[in-house]
Amino acid sequence: MEMTACRIALGPLLYYWPRQAVLDFYAAAARSAADIVYLGETVCSRRHELRPADWLALAGDLRAAGKTVLLSSPTLVESVAEIGQIRRLAAQADYPVEVGEVGAIRALGGRPFVAGPHLNAYHGATLAWLAGQGAIRFVAPLELDRAGLAALLAEKPAGLEAEAMVWGRMPLAFSARCFTARHFHLRKDECGFRCIDYPDGLDLRTQEAGEFLAINGIQTQSAQCLDLLAQAAELAALGVAVWRVSPQSQCTLEAVAALDRVRRGEPAGTVSPPPGIGRCNGYWHGRAGIAWQEAA
Amino acid sequence: MHTSQPMELVAPAGSLAALKAAFEAGADAVYLGLRNATNARNFAGLNFSEADIRSGVALARKLGRKVLFAINTFPQPGRTHEWRAAVDAAHDLGADAVILADPGLLVYARERYPELRLHLSVQGSATHADAIELMREQFGIRRVVLPRVLTLQEVDRLARQTQVEIEVFGFGSLCVMAEGRCLLSSFATGDSPNNKGVCSPAHAVRWHERDGRLDARLSGILIDRYAPGEPASYPTLCKGRFEVEGRADHALEEPTSLNALALLPRLAEMGVRAIKIEGRQRSPAYVAQVVATLRAALDAAHLAPARYAVKPDWQARLARHAEGSQTTQGAFDRPWK
Repeated sequence: MEMTACRIALGPLLYYWPRQAVLDFYAAAARSAADIVYLGETVCSRRHELRPADWLALAGDLRAAGKTVLLSSPTLVESVAEIGQIRRLAAQADYPVEVGEVGAIRALGGRPFVAGPHLNAYHGATLAWLAGQGAIRFVAPLELDRAGLAALLAEKPAGLEAEAMVWGRMPLAFSARCFTARHFHLRKDECGFRCIDYPDGLDLRTQEAGEFLAINGIQTQSAQCLDLLAQAAELAALGVAVWRVSPQSQCTLEAVAALDRVRRGEPAGTVSPPPGIGRCNGYWHGRAGIAWQEAA
Repeated sequence: MHTSQPMELVAPAGSLAALKAAFEAGADAVYLGLRNATNARNFAGLNFSEADIRSGVALARKLGRKVLFAINTFPQPGRTHEWRAAVDAAHDLGADAVILADPGLLVYARERYPELRLHLSVQGSATHADAIELMREQFGIRRVVLPRVLTLQEVDRLARQTQVEIEVFGFGSLCVMAEGRCLLSSFATGDSPNNKGVCSPAHAVRWHERDGRLDARLSGILIDRYAPGEPASYPTLCKGRFEVEGRADHALEEPTSLNALALLPRLAEMGVRAIKIEGRQRSPAYVAQVVATLRAALDAAHLAPARYAVKPDWQARLARHAEGSQTTQGAFDRPWK
């Protein structure tokens, strides 16, 4: 098998980890095979273990380690704080921005950007519009199956790169409400930053203890870890230029290493999700996203 | 400042009968969609054939009302032509405006039909001025339907920052998640609002009764479990009861409805242009009663905003149509803040 040129990206950290845990994670990431690292807080503007200056310092370290660094903008923008965050991202010229929602595109004023996974770019005309606004890459919608992704890539304008998520709990929905605060009967604005106690989110199970979703502040995720490591070579063959790994508290860099093996023409091997977390790949097979199907 | 122009009342129409009921009860406009995946309420047995729309538009013309055409799902790869055909139909059938969410489709509508009035759907997720202004600059949108995540203060700020007309939800079932960006339904069933125009689709629902206990499942996933005698509601995924750290509860949201009756004068004062009622899947009787109630309230708010007070019988009538008979002002006043 020919070596594939696919690059490996670490998506933005979606959880609220203690400061030292974040710094340790990125120090390890700097030594990993990841080529691209997305940084910044995209879920909740109240989280402040790392301030904007800390993220920029981290960006500098990762760039010095040879990584391509991007700064990610928030996904659901309501408050003045979040609008301020977008303005700051747009004002700096050191790093390109991954756009979490359309408003950031205007703030960037034509500067190159990556269109994030929640922009709903499902067909070629929307990709063409994004490219016209300055998109250099887009992250494919999570709910596409293999055939849908192939059809989308066939409609992709030349020069626009495609990125697809291959590993990690999938961010599925965003709300004005904070479900973590709700669980603790706390107000959103006085949440006590309880997210920090749940490094992979808070498990939401069915009443018969079935693994279903995970609560991460205003975000709802899949309880299962998306695992398309066995399909990574096929993704690359379809035309995906970047594989995205979404950070979990454990095993993330093992997933990066597995993708590096695929890139060198070796089998990905099996990477266990963090303990207690199952796997899913249903979307790829045209089924409900929660489903898991072993590779044939 | 009180505007002289009254806010428009926009009603849901899932059928020609609902459209007629809405106009009879005093709606200024209805929104409707075709019987396919191009609109976000693609339920079996609902929505419009082209012939129905033709009759609906004719009735609207006769009464001096409007028909807004919703094409607010996202064209799926390889199938853009189906969504473009819906835009063509909206234009050819004489819709007063088309409600769109997808930029690629907005490009088509703008270029093909420069005179067609475009509204940005709630599914377009424009939550701040930069997003709305980008859509105006790019596509000339004339109105934005605001996602139900914004507070009154945020709506007020937005209204002052954009020249685009603002439409907000005034009554109906409450989507807890930012619409157009929620994959929970496809995660559980394969079908979602974005790709099929459905949420928690009926074909995936199964009810099981055992020992008086009722289980509601979506694609086999237990969404809710009712004790004997407990009233059951439709198993909308985000309003189910789940276990978090061993406690079973409505972990995401209780079945409640949005009711902004009390806020009408403030919304008008901010310059909000239209109040939308949710519920294209509801009966003509629901449409008639909710529209009539909001018509009375809007007229009262317009005629004498300073003396406006919500009448108990308005509340009582709306409460009958609220999910779980509970209402909330939702994000407008952030009860969870």
